Amino acid sequence: MADWVRQYLFSPDMFSNDQVTGALLAGGVVAAVSAVLGYFVVLRGLSFIGHAVTDIGFTGGAGASLLGLNALWGLATFCVAAALGVGALGNRARERDVATGVILALALGIGAMFLYINTRYVSAPFTLLFGSIFEVDPDTTRVMAWVGLLCLAVLAVLYRPLLFCSLAPETAEARGVPVRFISTVFLVCMAVAVAEAAQVVGVLLSTALLIGPPATAAYLVARPGLGIAIAAVAGVLETWLGIDLSYVSYNWPPSGKGWPVSFFITSLALGFYVVARLLRPAFRQRMGAAPTRIRAD
Amino acid sequence: MDRLIQPAMFAQPFMQNALLTGSMAAGLAGVVGFFIVLRGVSFAAHALGQIGFAGAAGAVLIGVAPLWGLVVFALGGAFALGALGVREQERDATTALVLVAALGLGALFIALNPVYATEAFALLFGTIVGVSRDQVWQTGLLALSCVAGLAVLYRPLLLATVNAETAEARGVPVRLVGILFLVVVGIAAAVTIPTVGTLLIFSLMVGPAGAASSLTSRPAAAMGLAVGLSLLATWVGLIVAYDTGWPIGFIISAAVTALYLGARLVGPRLPRRRLAQAWNSGA
Repeated sequence: MADWVRQYLFSPDMFSNDQVTGALLAGGVVAAVSAVLGYFVVLRGLSFIGHAVTDIGFTGGAGASLLGLNALWGLATFCVAAALGVGALGNRARERDVATGVILALALGIGAMFLYINTRYVSAPFTLLFGSIFEVDPDTTRVMAWVGLLCLAVLAVLYRPLLFCSLAPETAEARGVPVRFISTVFLVCMAVAVAEAAQVVGVLLSTALLIGPPATAAYLVARPGLGIAIAAVAGVLETWLGIDLSYVSYNWPPSGKGWPVSFFITSLALGFYVVARLLRPAFRQRMGAAPTRIRAD
Repeated sequence: MDRLIQPAMFAQPFMQNALLTGSMAAGLAGVVGFFIVLRGVSFAAHALGQIGFAGAAGAVLIGVAPLWGLVVFALGGAFALGALGVREQERDATTALVLVAALGLGALFIALNPVYATEAFALLFGTIVGVSRDQVWQTGLLALSCVAGLAVLYRPLLLATVNAETAEARGVPVRLVGILFLVVVGIAAAVTIPTVGTLLIFSLMVGPAGAASSLTSRPAAAMGLAVGLSLLATWVGLIVAYDTGWPIGFIISAAVTALYLGARLVGPRLPRRRLAQAWNSGA
């Protein structure tokens, strides 16, 4: 391997570093779970909620710390409550947009109030926003993997009706599928998974991994099963590439200062998506199917 | 009454400045918010404020005034959102991706900066009680130019929003109008953030206009109502904040949420003209 590659792009030493292997494992789990759930988030046009839920969870974390409780529980409780609130207030797409905005603003306002009461938590916003993927301990990764598996199991049970509701809500309703119930269960499932991810990789990355890979996959292929698989692979790839680049960036200018991993992963998420959009016509020809067919219209 | 509204607060110069800037920001937010709600781009409004924050962090890194970074990033973000999110279904996902990419860039700027970027963080919550008289004039001038821009866009924007096909057939450049509107939102966010903060301006853009849209379907009335409710929330927020010392972001967002929920409860019971149905279904 050329020296400059080893120095600036990929260094095998990183696999002997416990922090890096821990990050690769935790990041991989979060990326795979987020991508599978995210496929339905993108399909159903719920990206705003997917993002808002994590911001709202931050308020929950601040509140829990104010009461002396475990931040993770506050985070998860607020995330699920937000998902239920948005589900209750926003049936139609237009209402949902505003309802999400109002709930998000309120949650951020309450967060400001918590910060005012409890100044101890002031440094936390930064950590919560940008995460600390290199400081995940193996126990947390294990808990995360189980919660992720649980969410995926619920999703597997819901798969057919959820897909049906997402693609043709009216027809599904006419055939007696409980559209409202399924949509609420899905929102709760997403909220739990996203809260878990945000706790580990930060709000920023949890949104990037939830939306980026599935949006990329949806541009490339029309078949949901294949799309989900591509999204999961893309998500894990973006995460691992990001961790690798962040590791070698200690050798980049200005020297001796690592570039943040969230910068790399978010840029890769946007980059993959833009490339997929540019490639779309070529892909469509080869695969013989219009990717837009999976869309409801 | 004296305990609720202390007359002394109006004699304080810093409160006068806060009331003036707050009112201007609220008025601007009401007008812009009307179109945000009508077009269903609340997420873009939220994103543009945060994207601006990343720009401010960048400006601090290269030693320029944060306002410049804010304006440049908000404008760039508006163009990126407009260019990538053409169709309604893809808008949501592209907004999320542009937002996280910008925040990632912000994380990089902060990491590369040897000094902690306090100036950039201050922008998240704003410093409404620390506004100088010069800043009041500055905000007023910039807010007026935003409103003027919207006045020019008003007819084509309304047509393009309510019925894109008809607008297209009549020769309205629908896509360009959409991008220009996002640019106005970006500038509105950039000019108000240094004084009232990201959180507040987002709350004032979405909530009052959302409440107004469930109360009336006539555009002019909805816009007027949005401005009125937005001003009301801001004044209540400033008065309560003066009395209690609580963060103004909390009070205003709580007031806005109460207004929105009230309107959602009352709205369906109001007698409506038939136009309302067509309007709300987004036709």
